[in-house]
Amino acid sequence: MKPIQVREEWCLGCHLCEYYCAFANSGETDMVRALKGVSIRPRIQIESKGAVSFAVSCRHCQEPLCVKGCITGALAIKDGVVCIDTNRCVGCYTCILLCPYGAVMPGASGHAVQKCELCTTNAQGEPACVKGCPNRAILWERG
Amino acid sequence: MKLVIIGNSAAAVGAIEGFRSLDPHSSITVISREPDFTYSRPLISYWLGGKCTESGMRYRAPDFYEKNAVTPRLGYTAAAIDARQHTVLLDGGECVGYDKLLVATGSRPFIPPLDGLEGVEKKFTFLSKADAQGLNEALTPQSRVLILGAGLIGLKCAEGIAGRAASVTVVDLAPQILNSILDAEGASRVQAHLEKHGIHFILGDSAASVSGGEAHLSSGGRVAFDILVIAVGVRPNTELLEAAGAKVNRGVVVDENGATSLPDIYAAGDCAQSFDHLRQDHRVLALLPNAYMQGESAGIAIAGGQKPFNQAMPMNSIGFFGLHMITAGVMADEMLDESREGSYKKLFVKDGRLVGYILIGDVARAGIYTALIRERTDLSTLDFALIAQRPQLMAFSRQVRQEKLGGFR
Repeated sequence: MKPIQVREEWCLGCHLCEYYCAFANSGETDMVRALKGVSIRPRIQIESKGAVSFAVSCRHCQEPLCVKGCITGALAIKDGVVCIDTNRCVGCYTCILLCPYGAVMPGASGHAVQKCELCTTNAQGEPACVKGCPNRAILWERG
Repeated sequence: MKLVIIGNSAAAVGAIEGFRSLDPHSSITVISREPDFTYSRPLISYWLGGKCTESGMRYRAPDFYEKNAVTPRLGYTAAAIDARQHTVLLDGGECVGYDKLLVATGSRPFIPPLDGLEGVEKKFTFLSKADAQGLNEALTPQSRVLILGAGLIGLKCAEGIAGRAASVTVVDLAPQILNSILDAEGASRVQAHLEKHGIHFILGDSAASVSGGEAHLSSGGRVAFDILVIAVGVRPNTELLEAAGAKVNRGVVVDENGATSLPDIYAAGDCAQSFDHLRQDHRVLALLPNAYMQGESAGIAIAGGQKPFNQAMPMNSIGFFGLHMITAGVMADEMLDESREGSYKKLFVKDGRLVGYILIGDVARAGIYTALIRERTDLSTLDFALIAQRPQLMAFSRQVRQEKLGGFR
C-alpha cells in the first residue's frame, strides 16, 4: 500500500492530523471523550520551525530497516503496510535506532512501540490524518 | 536447486526470506544443532525476567517453515562440509547434498581460562535458550549470582535476574561498563542507574580463580557466589568452514554478497565478517540487524539476484530497568556534547560527517542520526546546529524533505 504524501507548502501547522490520529487509534467512538484532558500520543507528528511545518509518519518503505532489524519479528509487512504486533514487541527500540524518518515511537505502555499503520488496524478504513487535514496537506491514494 | 542452510537464527531467516523473494520453488533445508523453532536470542533475558513468554521468543510466526517451504532438520549437528562433493555430513552419519550452502552458525560464548572453573557446579553462559533455561532452573531467591562481563550480554542477564536473586555482582576487567558502546561518562550514568536497581559492580578487576563458592579477584578481593555466569564475549563459529578450506580471519571471509572463498558456499551472521564502512575494514559485527541483512543479501545472491550488504556498522539499542540507550558508529575525536537535563547525548563528527552518537534517556527519532552515518551525509548540506539539538527532518533542505516525504515512495 502507498504511504501518505505530505505537501509542506500547504501545511498550516494546526496539528489536527495528530488529533485525528490519536482519536482513530484510541478505540473510542466519541472524539471529545477520546481526547479531552488526555496527553495524546499520535503516530503522525508535526515538525515546525518559523513558517514551515509538515507532518511526518511512517513511509511504509519497501525495504523497511525497522522490519529487517526487529529482534522479535513484531514488525512485519502485511499487504504493503508495515505493521507492529504489540504483543510480540518487547520495546527494545531497535526500530527507533533504524528508522531514517524517526517515525517509530514508544507507545503509551512503554513496553511496545507504535507507528502509523495507515488506519488499517482501527475502524477508520483510510488514514484519518488525510481525511482530517483541513488544507489537503496530507494526501493518500488507495492501492 | 537445493539450498541448505546450517543455522536457524537471524541470518538464516534473512536468507530464507531473501531467497524466497526471488525463488518460490527451490528446496530449502535448515540444519540446526538446537532443537528449537527459530527464536530470538536477545529475548532470553526478557524471558528470564518474565517479560516475554516462551512462545513469545519465536522469531517468526509458527507457520514460518511451512509458508516458506523449508524442511527443518532441527536437532541435527553439521559435523563436516565437503566442498568438492557438495555435501554436509551430519553427526549421525547422514550426508545431505546441496547445490548452494549457507553457513550461518553464529557465535559461541568465549570461556576465559579460569582456575577452578571445572569445579563450579552452577555455571552458565548466556547466549542460548538452553543457557537461559538452565539458569532459570538454578535460580532461587537465595542465589548470589556472579556475572563475569559488564557488556551487553552480561548486563541484560543481570537485569533479567535482578528481581529473582539475593544478589547480583558484575565483574569486568574494563574500568567502565558497556565498554563497546559507551564512553566513560555515559557508562557511569548507566552504572548508577543499574546500581539503584541492586546490581553491584566490581570494575577494573577480574576473576583469577574460583574455588569453594568464591571468586578470587586479581586485586586480592573475594566474591562469594552460588551461581556463576560467564559473559565476557563471543567467538564466531568458523570451524566447519575452516576445516572445509574456506578463508577465515577473525570470522569467515565473505564478499558483499555473502560468498565465501569456496564455490557455492556462502556465510552470514555472527560467524562471518562484514565490511564496516566507517572503519573501512572487515570485522565481525555480531548484531542481530546486521545478521538478518547479511543473510538476506546472501539469500538473494544465491537465488540469482543482487543486494550487496555493504553498510554494516556497529549499532545498538538497549535498555535496562526502563532506561534506554541507542548508540551507533564510532567515537571520533570531534565530539559535541548536546546533553540536556535528564538526557545524555554525544555526537561524533569526522571530516564533516556524523560518524557516531550516544543517546541515553531521550532516544526519540535516533534513526535520523543513524541514517546520517549510514548515508555519509555531508553535514554542510543541512542545518547541523538544528539537527544536533534534536533529530528532525526540518534540518534537511526543502528539496530533500520533499524527496523524503512528498513522494508516493
